Amino acid sequence: MPLIPMGDKPILSISDMSIVFSSPDEADIEAVRQVDLTLTPGKTLALVGESGCGKSVTARAVLRLLDKNADIQRGSIIFAPGDAEATDIVQLRQDSLPLRAIRGNQISMIFQEPMSSLSPVHTIGDQIDEMMVIHEGLKPKQARERTVALLDQVGIPGARERADAYPFQLSGGLRQRAMIAMALACTPKVLIADEPTTALDVTTQAQILDLLRQLQADFGMAMLFITHDLGVVAEIADEVAVMYLGDVVEQGSVFDVFAAPKHPYTQALMSSIPKMARKADRVRLSPIKGTVPAPRDRPQGCAFTSRCPYAFEPCATIRPERTAIGDNHHARCHLLTRQPAEAAA
Amino acid sequence: MLGFFGKRLIAMVLTMWAVSFVAFAIIQLPPGDYLTTYMATLAANGDRVDPATIEALRRQYGFGEPYIIQYWKWISGIVLRGDFGQSFEWKAPVTTLIWGRLGNSILLEGLAVIVMWLVAVPIGIYAAVRKYSLGDYLATIGGFLGLAIPNFFFALILMYLSFVWFGETIGGLFSPGMETARWSPARIWDFLSHAWAPILVLATAGTAELIRILRANLLDELKKPYVTTARAKGLSEFRTILKYPVRVALNPLISTIGWLLPALVSSSVLVSVVLNLPTAGPLLLRSLTSQDMFLAGAIIMLLGMLTVIGTLISDLLLAWIDPRIRYGSK
Amino acid sequence: MAVDTMTHTSMAAEAAGMPRAKRESHFGLMWRRFKRHRLALVSLWIVIAFYLVALLAEFLAPTDPSAYSARYTYAPPQGIQFFSTNEDGSWRFFPHVNGYASEVDPKAMRRTFVLDPEVEIPVQFFIPSEPYMLAGVIPMSVKFMGVTEARAPFYILGADRLGRDLLSRLIHGTRISLSIGLAGVTLSLFFGIVVGGFAGYYGGLFDSAVMRIIEFIRSMPTIPLWLGLAAAMPKDWSALQTYFAITIILSLIGWTELARVVRGRFLSLRTEDFVTAAQLDGASDWRIITRHMVPSFMSHIIAAATLAIPGMILAETALSFLGLGLQAPIVSWGTLLQDAQNIRTLASAPWLLTPGLCVIVVILAMNFFGDGLRDAADPHGR
Repeated sequence: MPLIPMGDKPILSISDMSIVFSSPDEADIEAVRQVDLTLTPGKTLALVGESGCGKSVTARAVLRLLDKNADIQRGSIIFAPGDAEATDIVQLRQDSLPLRAIRGNQISMIFQEPMSSLSPVHTIGDQIDEMMVIHEGLKPKQARERTVALLDQVGIPGARERADAYPFQLSGGLRQRAMIAMALACTPKVLIADEPTTALDVTTQAQILDLLRQLQADFGMAMLFITHDLGVVAEIADEVAVMYLGDVVEQGSVFDVFAAPKHPYTQALMSSIPKMARKADRVRLSPIKGTVPAPRDRPQGCAFTSRCPYAFEPCATIRPERTAIGDNHHARCHLLTRQPAEAAA
Repeated sequence: MLGFFGKRLIAMVLTMWAVSFVAFAIIQLPPGDYLTTYMATLAANGDRVDPATIEALRRQYGFGEPYIIQYWKWISGIVLRGDFGQSFEWKAPVTTLIWGRLGNSILLEGLAVIVMWLVAVPIGIYAAVRKYSLGDYLATIGGFLGLAIPNFFFALILMYLSFVWFGETIGGLFSPGMETARWSPARIWDFLSHAWAPILVLATAGTAELIRILRANLLDELKKPYVTTARAKGLSEFRTILKYPVRVALNPLISTIGWLLPALVSSSVLVSVVLNLPTAGPLLLRSLTSQDMFLAGAIIMLLGMLTVIGTLISDLLLAWIDPRIRYGSK
Repeated sequence: MAVDTMTHTSMAAEAAGMPRAKRESHFGLMWRRFKRHRLALVSLWIVIAFYLVALLAEFLAPTDPSAYSARYTYAPPQGIQFFSTNEDGSWRFFPHVNGYASEVDPKAMRRTFVLDPEVEIPVQFFIPSEPYMLAGVIPMSVKFMGVTEARAPFYILGADRLGRDLLSRLIHGTRISLSIGLAGVTLSLFFGIVVGGFAGYYGGLFDSAVMRIIEFIRSMPTIPLWLGLAAAMPKDWSALQTYFAITIILSLIGWTELARVVRGRFLSLRTEDFVTAAQLDGASDWRIITRHMVPSFMSHIIAAATLAIPGMILAETALSFLGLGLQAPIVSWGTLLQDAQNIRTLASAPWLLTPGLCVIVVILAMNFFGDGLRDAADPHGR
């Protein structure tokens, strides 16, 4: 599948990746099906979808942080930093040196719940120092200096004292800032943010988003931003990929996708966002009919068939191909190949 | 931290007071008081009973007065003068009889605690990390057996096996002649060659329990997001597990000392009787069978105190290693 | 934002769409979950078998547990053989035990026994015997097995110092040891439910006082305490009196754990909607406790009580072993093990350790059974 370059060379390309979860009592579940994503330095790709759609699994797969019962059955994750040879992360062995050299150092990650994602019995400083000690071989003292500078940079007041604080002594926002400082400790080339603002209140959310945007401008890293909140997508992302039950149903630049969603699911998502409008112009929100089926009840063809208002004969059985709609804008929908004219109607 | 320490200290003093009350109640339980028994023994031995001595003793211990006054005289003697009363069977002050034996008890129990930890921690970690592996199953089975074998029975079996296999009787803590020698490498070696059996027996049940708790704790911790964070940082699996989840899982294990210790003290009494060790246990049993109640009461009280102090130490240790407790977070 | 709301509806729908099993009684449900634990199920059968032995002690024991014989002191176990070789070398079904050939060791001046394979003493089942009362109520005059030959030795598991049959003593000891565990737990349960129930239901000062007391008792080493209490028993008490005294002594400490469980349950149930509803309906405290709360955690209580029995059995065994529990004419596993205290005795008669094996098997079975029960009662518990 040809990927249309966006001027810059991609630093991370996920192509044709499928992830299968197996359990002893039940049939295998394909949580992620043939996903293609590319990250470009300095740009943010937002992965959006409901919980359980496989967006977190996709993100964790990049650092091979999946549980033992999950297996990347096909596809590749090519990490190509400009200054070194490209590696396929899927081929690396778990706990091997090359993989560990990428984790935290080249690609780092921010998690959703800063409280439980930080060790409760180690100080913030200790947990951040460690990054530089293992990846750059710094002495603890030097590392601490850098940590303090980092904490300062992410906007934690009194950084030197706070470095000796335990996570439970900080507020949620400060904790997430500390988490971000940790992720940026070794100036990674790719930052994966797994719902970093979900657990925070709205004001803090906005501050953290601002911080991330500004840090991206400073460090120039590529960012994969996982969220279920379309508002956040609009605010931070350059590109967006919409996931539904393991499929990336539509992807493209934020502008294209928001302006002209092509997949019925994306369209439904857009029309379920309340818009600011004068009272007379207000339209009733239209929720998506039906419910998300369990992964094992997913139709063989397009996963959205059971809820799609336009579903027709091939949808349930044949999986739609990834179809280019415009410049770097793709969707998986039979409507696009059969009746491209009516799809947007 | 200081507030925490103060609170613990007050709780300890209150508990010790309660322990002393229980010990005194046990002293008072058998029919007749110490003095009648004392006079009866003297008379039985054909000794003349000196009325002046009797009167002095009566005044000292407050016999015939209300219990609360007797208790006061007894406890104040202990607290102010270190006087635990007289053992009529040994015709000596209780203090001269118990300290050496209590020291042996503490030594054995302390070593048993150390052995427990040294054995349980690696096995517990292994069982949790390699869940449902052969080693995990073996540890689980061993744990259940360790909990089900009564320790005195285990001691008996050990005694029998060593007699049948090596023709040796295990028992005691020192070879004859070494009992009162100064501590020296030879004496330490002699001690260890005797003490392995009781330590093994004492440590078994506790080890089994610790493995079970550590495995369960660690299994919980391994699922926590901060472990994923540590992996995402690029730490090796070994270091990830040792530095983060194990560290967190060990904390609650330290507080288990609080209830492990009473069980340990209990079983050391039994095991000491079986293996004929010069600890407080056999002395307690003897004093109880001969109704030498001041001696028995003193031992029961001191064994109780021992667990109370042990619990305090474990509490402080926990506060020291767990910031959440130190800073009073949930 | 949009996706949030959708997640909720999907979850609700999932819950509603879940296949609802037809309504089952709480115990039916518990039994179904329990049966899945194979180890627990096997353990249940072992526990039942032991209690049957305890119940049928007089019927199963070949001889009177106190019948002694100076001729057979420390006679080794005969075992039991079911087949015998004929002259022509073929096999036939013939349950028998071998007789003893005794030799006197001239050096040690002790009699030693060797099994004599030439002497075959037939073992018979369901043989008539002296009339006796089974469990003290059912008059019977038949025993499960025994030898009919006069004066023939019958020591499947060996004999003790007085030439008493260890098997018979073990069977009678099972009755005492198991029943004392059961009695102790029943008594503890009574204290536990009363104290824990009051503490949990009313809370407040009483609750914290009770909790402090429980914590205190649990922080004390039990054996010294039990020893102290048991030593205070007058020596001239009858067997029955000591039996009950020991039961009470054991439950003086045993109630604490059960009280904690009961209190915890009460505390968490007190704020449940169905209790509030009953209170608003004007039900009395007594009615709320007995009709609404207790049934909802009965299964937990049963599981906790089952797990408390092994501790009781162990404690009795330990006390009796030290000579401060049950006393000589009463046969229990502990008093039996008391005979095995001496290493010399043990070396010449290791079979005296068999009661210890019984203890281990019963404790293991009860623990597995109790664990299975607890898991079945509370599938979401630890």
